[in-house]
Formats: sequence, C-alpha cells, structure tokens
Amino acid sequence: MIQEGKQQLWKDYQKEIADDRYFYVRSCVRQNFFPGSETTFLRIMREELGKDVFEHPCHTTCTGIAYHGDVVPLDTAMTVVARQFAMMTEAGYENLVPSCITSFGLYTEILETWHHFPEVEARVREYLYKATKRDFNIPKNLAHASDVVFKFRKEIAAKGPYRLVNKETGKPLKVVEHIGCHYAKMFPHKGVGGAEYPYVLVGMIEEWGGEVVDYPERRHCCGFGFRQFLVQANRGYSMSCSHKKFESMEPYEPDMILTNCPGCPMFLDRWQYAIGEMEGKTFGKNGQGIPVFTYEEVAGLVLGYNPWDLGLQMHQVDCEPILDKMGIPYDPKDKYRGKHGNEMGIPVQPEILKAL
Amino acid sequence: MGKYYDKLMEDVRFVEGISACINCGTCTAICPAASFYNYDPRSIADTVQTRDDAQIEALLKGEQIWYCGECMSCKTRCPRGNTVGLIICALRSLSQDLGFFVESEKGRQQLAVKRTVGQWILDHGYCLYMEGVGTDMHPEQGPVWDWIQKNWTPLFERMGANYKGDGPGILRKIPEETMEELREIFRVTGGMERYEKIEEFSKKKAGEMGLAFDDTNQCEYFSNVYKYNNHKHECR
Repeated sequence: MIQEGKQQLWKDYQKEIADDRYFYVRSCVRQNFFPGSETTFLRIMREELGKDVFEHPCHTTCTGIAYHGDVVPLDTAMTVVARQFAMMTEAGYENLVPSCITSFGLYTEILETWHHFPEVEARVREYLYKATKRDFNIPKNLAHASDVVFKFRKEIAAKGPYRLVNKETGKPLKVVEHIGCHYAKMFPHKGVGGAEYPYVLVGMIEEWGGEVVDYPERRHCCGFGFRQFLVQANRGYSMSCSHKKFESMEPYEPDMILTNCPGCPMFLDRWQYAIGEMEGKTFGKNGQGIPVFTYEEVAGLVLGYNPWDLGLQMHQVDCEPILDKMGIPYDPKDKYRGKHGNEMGIPVQPEILKAL
Repeated sequence: MGKYYDKLMEDVRFVEGISACINCGTCTAICPAASFYNYDPRSIADTVQTRDDAQIEALLKGEQIWYCGECMSCKTRCPRGNTVGLIICALRSLSQDLGFFVESEKGRQQLAVKRTVGQWILDHGYCLYMEGVGTDMHPEQGPVWDWIQKNWTPLFERMGANYKGDGPGILRKIPEETMEELREIFRVTGGMERYEKIEEFSKKKAGEMGLAFDDTNQCEYFSNVYKYNNHKHECR
C-alpha cells in the first residue's frame, strides 16, 4: 500500500465530531459484557477532559440487536430511536453519542432514510406522538463514542503516564485493529476514514505509541451476524468468521487486538477459548491467546487506571502480558476482589487456552 | 408486477437495496455468509428482480434468506450501490408477515430470537439481559462467564454499575412508565403484532411437526429450533 494514497483517502473521510455537551446512550451488549468500558468512558470524559456528558435514566435499548435479528419491524425500531431523540431534546442536548456500533449504524440508517423519504419521518413522528405524546429534534451531531475518544486521543496521550510500547525493548506494541461492521460499511462518509481505511482506531494506536499491523482479513466481520450467534445451531458461522481472522493475523504475531464495537471484543475473546477447546489451537505465544481490548480499556491503561477497575478480569484471554509489556503495575490478588475487597473466588482455568 | 414484488416495494429497505443488479458477484465475493453457508447473495438480488411470484415465494419459504449475517459488507463494495443485506431485511419481514418462515429450518429459529432478545426488550428495556443466562445456552462463554454469573452483583458493583437501581447507570432498572411507553410503541407500530405472528405460526408448525409447544424456552419446539442443525447448510 502506498502510504501517501492511504493518507489522502483518510483526509477524504473526516467527520465532524462535537466538542462538548454530549447526550450518551448506552449499549445493551457492553453493559452486560464490558461494563467497565462504559464507566471508563464517562470517567475520562468527565474527570480527565471536563466534558458535559448527560445520561437520561429513561433511555432504553434502541432495539438494534432484535431489529437485525429481524423480529422487530423497521417502524418499531425507528419509533424507539425517535423516543431516544425526544429524551435528548427534552434534556436540552443536540449531540448524540451512542456507546454501541449497532446503535450508531441504526441511527445513521434511520437519519439517512428520513433524509431520502421524508414521509417516513412524518409517519414516525405520528407514531411517537400517538404512543408517548412526545416530539423530538434530529441530533445536530451524531458520533460514536470511539469517534469522541479519537477526537481527544492527543489529550489522553498527554495526560497518560503509559504508552503502547514494550518497556523492555522500547519497541512499539504490534496492534491489530478490528472495526465493527456497522460503523462505516453502510455509510462510509459517517466514519472517520471511511469503510476501507477507517482511521478511528488507527489514530488512537499511533497517538498512544503502538504500531498498527495490517493483515489480509482485517475488514472481515467478527462473525456476530445477529441470528447467527443468537441461535445456538448457527454459531458455527460466528466462530468460523473469527477463526478466519485469527489465522490471518497470527503470522504477524500481534501483541493485542483493539476493537470499537460491543460484540467484536467479546467474540474475539471467547472464540479463542472455544477454538482451543475444540481444535487444541491457540493463536498467541506459549499456548496463550491474543488479548483483546476495547478502546476505553486501552485509554484507561494509558491513563494509569487500575486494570481491574477497567474490567480486564472479565476477559477469557488473560491481559497481563500487555500490562507487563507496558510496565503497568497491578496486584494479582486484587483481580478477583469486589469493590470493598471481598474475595470472589477465581474462575476455573481452560484446559487448552493457557492462563498465566 | 408480481404480488410479492409489490409487497417488497412497500419496504423502503427494498427500494434502497436494489437498483438494476448487474450480476457481477462482488457481493458474493465479499460476503462472510457466502464463505460459510451454501449462500449466494448475487442470486438473491437476481431472483427478486425477476419479479416472479413463484421464485420469490420459494425464497420466502426457503433457507437461503436466513443465512445472511446483516454485516452489510455487500454495501461497501457493490459497484451499483446495492445492498443485498437490506433486500434480506425486507424478505425476512415479508416471510414472517405471511407465516412462510416456519417452512424452513433456519426460518423457524425466529421463535428463539423473539423469545430471547425480543422478549428481553419488553421485560427489561434491554436487548440483552444476561444475568442467569449461563453456559448451558452459551457454552462458548467459557469458565470466566461461569465466574461472572456467580459473582454478578459484587462484580458489577466494582464495575461502577447501577444494577437494578434507580437513576442512570449500567443495567439500571428502567422505570415502569418508560417500559409502558416502550410497549405502547410496539403496539402502535406493529412490533407486538410481529411477535404475536411469530408465536401463532410457530405453534401451528409445532403441531404439524408433533413437537410439544408452550410459552417456555424449555419446550420441545423451542429446544428444536434453537439447537437443531441438519448440517446441509454449510459449505463443504
């Protein structure tokens, strides 16, 4: 790849990201699997950057997972999303920040649909009023939470004591990034860097000292596929997609995987365990897996947050190798303790995927 | 025009999803589902643009339309700007509206999707509500998930959650007034009707198949649609 050409493409796909006063909507997947990441996002935005991020207690799911599982009709999904817009409008905000990529993709799809089919927007406004007596303004700015962290990546780097650098060798950590499909595949101009060369995670990796590693299946789906994972009989699809990615990245010996989608880090983490159990195959060094992170987790590590407050103990693939390489101190005993120091026991170790 | 084509044209996703497919096959080349299943998104686009009722009905009753993962990779690369993933959304909606989904193994799985993520929305206000959903339904989650399930409350407290609490926060209790608004949106917009149709057609099909059917996720029919795979779907 000619670097100059790549950089020109990135310039063509810059997007406007609001500077402050965000209306935050949570992710169903992340609240269950990566709760520490959402907590960390708010901590960084409010405590490190001094930004106004508002969360309305009455916002709900956008229905995105069930919409793409095809049990929720489009009109229903659009009206639920319109209600989120009403929450934002009533709270006096104009900049919407979803934590979820499926939500971001759905909001984008809906706003584009309304742009091209104004009669659909009118119908949804009638539905919402009939059901809730509410009205709404369309957000002035829609940015995914990873867009916002990307916007402030330099400030995070400036405040953070740690870098994505091996403290022993001084070399950058090798990072493969995986972008959620619904970030920009449908509407490339809505993502930083577009769909082919998204820059949203690359920008963070480079700014925080890491080296981005390209690999052939970089843009392949993680394999969520909605019904393909939700229904047990279909999970071979989901696993095979992740398997394809692992085989593709393995020769480049990445230190870690960085993601910006709710489901992707869970699948890329858990399927390494399942593939190990089924095939005896692991993709990291010494029988270990390749640690998988959310962008908030990595931002938190750069800023020196306690890894166990970030939720790294909720991963199946142990993350300690990255902590050791970055020179981040941690208390192994604290890993499985609650907020008040109470012991929670330890997970059973997998048979194949090696733990520390 | 055919009656099914006319119905599909009422869905904006279908209108946006196809405009004179040139059969180049780029969508099939990029499609993750096509690399796993005996699936060819190019032929889906080609079939619907014939407008032929018999061919479209075969799609609506068949396995093919359920193979797509809706990742929308097809949109990125199509030289015509078509999106087979959106055509699939429209076909699946119509298949459920007409009750054709129960005629295929993969289509029958809609009951499992409805009774999990679909029902969690109406019960909790979230698409996923995973406390108590263990490695029996999700063995791939591994031993760490068993540990998380066992320590759900103290672990989520450490993660800064407001589990089942009032006010904002992670996995907060969605206020009852909000839940009622959500349910009313489902009533007004056809969401409830979709759920009822999935249940109604599934119950009828269970009778035809001789499988016990009730409103729990432990019944014979649910177990069948959730777990059964005849292994004729995948590429060999």
